[in-house]
Amino acid sequence: MAAIKSRTSSFSRNVSTVSKTNVPGLKHGPNGTTFLSSGIADLDKILGGGFSLGSLVMIMEDPEAPHHMLLLRNFMSQGLVHKQPLLYASPAKEPRGFLGTLPNPVTSRDEKSRERDAEQEKNLRIAWQYKKYFGEQNQESQKDEKAAEYCNDFDLRKPLDRQTLSGQNISCVSLQESSDLATLHDHCSKLLAQFPRHEGEIISAGRISIQSLCAPQCDYSDKEWHLLRFIRSLKSLLRYSNAVAVVTFPPSLLSPTVLKRWQHLADTLLSVKAVPDEDKELAKLLTGYQDMLGLLNVHKVARFNTQVLHHSDCTISSCFISWESSLSRKLVSYCQNWMMPLYLFCFFIFFHLIFLSFHAEM
Amino acid sequence: MSGLYSSPSHSLLEEALSFGEADDAVYLSSSRPKAALPSGGGGGGGGSGTVVLIEDCVETNGGFILHHLIKRALSPNRPSDVVVFVSFAHPFSHYDRILRKMGCNLSGHRENKRFIYHDMLSMNSPGSVRDGIEATDDLLMTLYGKIQKAVELYSSPEGSKHVTIMIDDISLMEVAVNGLSNHVVDFLHYCYSLTTQFGCSMIILNHEDIYSSLEQLSPLLHLEYLANVVIKAEPLATGLATDVHGQLTVFNKGICRRNGKSKSKIRNFQFRVKENKVEFFYPGSQT
Repeated sequence: MAAIKSRTSSFSRNVSTVSKTNVPGLKHGPNGTTFLSSGIADLDKILGGGFSLGSLVMIMEDPEAPHHMLLLRNFMSQGLVHKQPLLYASPAKEPRGFLGTLPNPVTSRDEKSRERDAEQEKNLRIAWQYKKYFGEQNQESQKDEKAAEYCNDFDLRKPLDRQTLSGQNISCVSLQESSDLATLHDHCSKLLAQFPRHEGEIISAGRISIQSLCAPQCDYSDKEWHLLRFIRSLKSLLRYSNAVAVVTFPPSLLSPTVLKRWQHLADTLLSVKAVPDEDKELAKLLTGYQDMLGLLNVHKVARFNTQVLHHSDCTISSCFISWESSLSRKLVSYCQNWMMPLYLFCFFIFFHLIFLSFHAEM
Repeated sequence: MSGLYSSPSHSLLEEALSFGEADDAVYLSSSRPKAALPSGGGGGGGGSGTVVLIEDCVETNGGFILHHLIKRALSPNRPSDVVVFVSFAHPFSHYDRILRKMGCNLSGHRENKRFIYHDMLSMNSPGSVRDGIEATDDLLMTLYGKIQKAVELYSSPEGSKHVTIMIDDISLMEVAVNGLSNHVVDFLHYCYSLTTQFGCSMIILNHEDIYSSLEQLSPLLHLEYLANVVIKAEPLATGLATDVHGQLTVFNKGICRRNGKSKSKIRNFQFRVKENKVEFFYPGSQT
């Protein structure tokens, strides 16, 4: 592990000297990259610090469960907390309504929450046996969080304050509005034009979240090359700007060839899957199976300016990570080594995140 | 890593890309005396007229082979090599940073006109969703024009350089031309004709898994037919490992020009990607 962590080249920049930026919500990473938070502290850790600026994050939806919405909500809320301009597109007729379901950050740590924390500690007894996988980075990032609030905790039961929402630079686009993708493309390029990439200081960053890009209710859902060109164009626009786009899509609606193309176009590729209710084999394997909600796989992590994955967690074989909501309040995770023959064919990075009990309304 | 295996691991890819001078002295050496350099021979820009195809998949990115071959082509012991690089995948800074860590100053080579970079990533982006097919047709024409000009310039008797054309990657080129695979195949054939005409070589990256479920003829088949060397990067068949990042299959068709014999060979080994280099080793030889 230590060998992986240490930098193998004398040319790489010493990260510790440049690890702080003045801009809240942004963090320097290795190889001249900058991270912004996904809104879930543990997902950030797994990805090595968060989503890299300029990356296209794609999430493969589960056709039967809306878990991808959780990731989108946290991603968007985190951006609004940091006052980062946001573009949200969805196939719904009134996409603005989705903003009402964004979770509120947990701000004051009152008595009650401390109590809850204690309880949570107890719940996570097994989880923390695997604390070693986070190691020093955990402590470091905790410090970071306190200093700049790089990543907030979100209370999934409370909707975002109107105060936080008002006066923000949010634009909402309905994917049904137009018959081609040009409108959406214009919106994206308009937002991204605010954050051109220059050498030197980054002042702010933007977030784009597109939900169910190839949803069948849109006119262009069958024009696979149009969609591909849109994604490619979005990807290249992103690469030259300081923003992150999260795009979710239902993979079952794409033909296998096109699906592979989409996966290749993604810089960071995740997928969510619901945990089946009565899976006895899985129940035997997982602690707290009853409370789990879903699995999240990390298939690919953005590799900018490098050919190696820096984060040690990503290079150690397969990890098993689960999310828990302590009394349905927030999403946390733990990491477990996952060396099951069943998954041995799943090569490369294979992380699972499990959403644990989560009673809040979706 | 044990010292025992470190020396063969260094040259495994090199050895697979070319027939060793010892066991096949005729290979390409008649046409190019300079190919007798230790790293010369078949693939990465040493031999004239060779086409190398790199195939990868979602799980294993084959970009590192491309980086390795760029470095090889621009190494100090090949002063007469020029690389024409067409990138659909990453901006220049990405390659620059990676190659700098490998000890190769790409910006410097770009200034010295040894590394000619065509940025197709940013070129096509504005309005590309709107543009019709006519625009995409144009794209490949102009690109070919540029490549041809560069190849003619550097391969001419005054220039007498060896040019390597590199493309990263073909699947994105297909997207850029709106899925007209025929145009891509035509483009590749034009480039191929350059390799035979001027003796330059070609290195192409493509994603194999995109075409695996396709029944009709894919550009990949055309490429595999044209290629002298096919390098396949796959994840480890036995699952994940900390210090093995995947496996390579190198299929070298190795044309033997004398007495009409041809000989091919397949090499199979594993690799580990590091910041400044890639380690190649036979399965089980890594400690």
